[in-house]
Amino acid sequence: MNKKFFIPLIAFIALVSLMLFGLKNDPKVIPSPFIGQEAPEFSLPKLYKPDEMVTAQQMKGEVWVLNLWASWCVSCRAEHKVLSRLINKMQVPTIGLNYKDYGTEDYGDEALRWLAKYGNPYQSVAVDTEGTAGLDWGVVGVPETFVVDKKGIVRYKFTGPVYDEAVDKILVPLITQLRKEEG
Amino acid sequence: MRHLLKGLIVSLLISFMLPTIAVQIEFHSFENAQRERLYLDLIAELRCVKCQNQNLAESNAELARDMRDKTYEMIVAGKSREDVVNYMTARYGDFVLYKPPFKSKTLLLWMGPPILLFLSLFFVLKMVRNQSKALPKQLSDADRDSVRDVLKNNSSSEK
Repeated sequence: MNKKFFIPLIAFIALVSLMLFGLKNDPKVIPSPFIGQEAPEFSLPKLYKPDEMVTAQQMKGEVWVLNLWASWCVSCRAEHKVLSRLINKMQVPTIGLNYKDYGTEDYGDEALRWLAKYGNPYQSVAVDTEGTAGLDWGVVGVPETFVVDKKGIVRYKFTGPVYDEAVDKILVPLITQLRKEEG
Repeated sequence: MRHLLKGLIVSLLISFMLPTIAVQIEFHSFENAQRERLYLDLIAELRCVKCQNQNLAESNAELARDMRDKTYEMIVAGKSREDVVNYMTARYGDFVLYKPPFKSKTLLLWMGPPILLFLSLFFVLKMVRNQSKALPKQLSDADRDSVRDVLKNNSSSEK
């Protein structure tokens, strides 16, 4: 048979596989340039105790999690239960970075009300009214969750609300593994 | 006719309005025109990471506003174009640039289109050459007769 007969078929298969590959890529998940880099420093007032500062430096020496959230963020509410389960199960210190929420005129003390209503799983909540720390961490949209190792290196970023399967299959094994590493 | 004209005028007006809808209105003052130019260039070249098919200048997303403000802040502080681009790529990766840098990871991106162009040119030239080389098929006597018959029948049936 003529070999040319197969050229369109091969081209078609190549095109379909390229498109299938594209389907599996979520364009909203932007690979974070922070993975493997030192966690960006921040120093923000603490919720409940505005005189105290929350910094990334304080967390050095242990595996910790940074979770960006806001009371106006609907998917944060959906994520809250799952995240609380992770924090309780792993007893992992977690800083909640309250992104552009508390203190702004529009929202008042919504953050406090939100935590009173749904529970506060965080070790401390850092208040980022202006969103500057958020920008430093390369925020695209809340919620976002980072895992930082004992040396203060960002090891993982989860974009969007964490779900049960991601907790069991990604975050729990990762935190367990990072804890075994030298500090 | 009148309706058509009216429709034309309306659609023309709308098409004039579209670009102004997309433009973000923020008032920034600059020390000199160079810095303003740099600011406008940068916000046109940096991508809004939230609404991914718009640049910072066109996007209404809150994050885009923050990124514009940061760009403005840095330019007013006397930072160069490179400083701003480095700041953004350190946080969002090359993704934030509409004009990605030329490096091994983006090799295919930059070289793909010219390679495709040359390949297709090559094949088109080859095809054209083969076409001119191939001799048109000679007609046999039987072919001529059959055509003549058809023509004859045709003209007789028209009468």
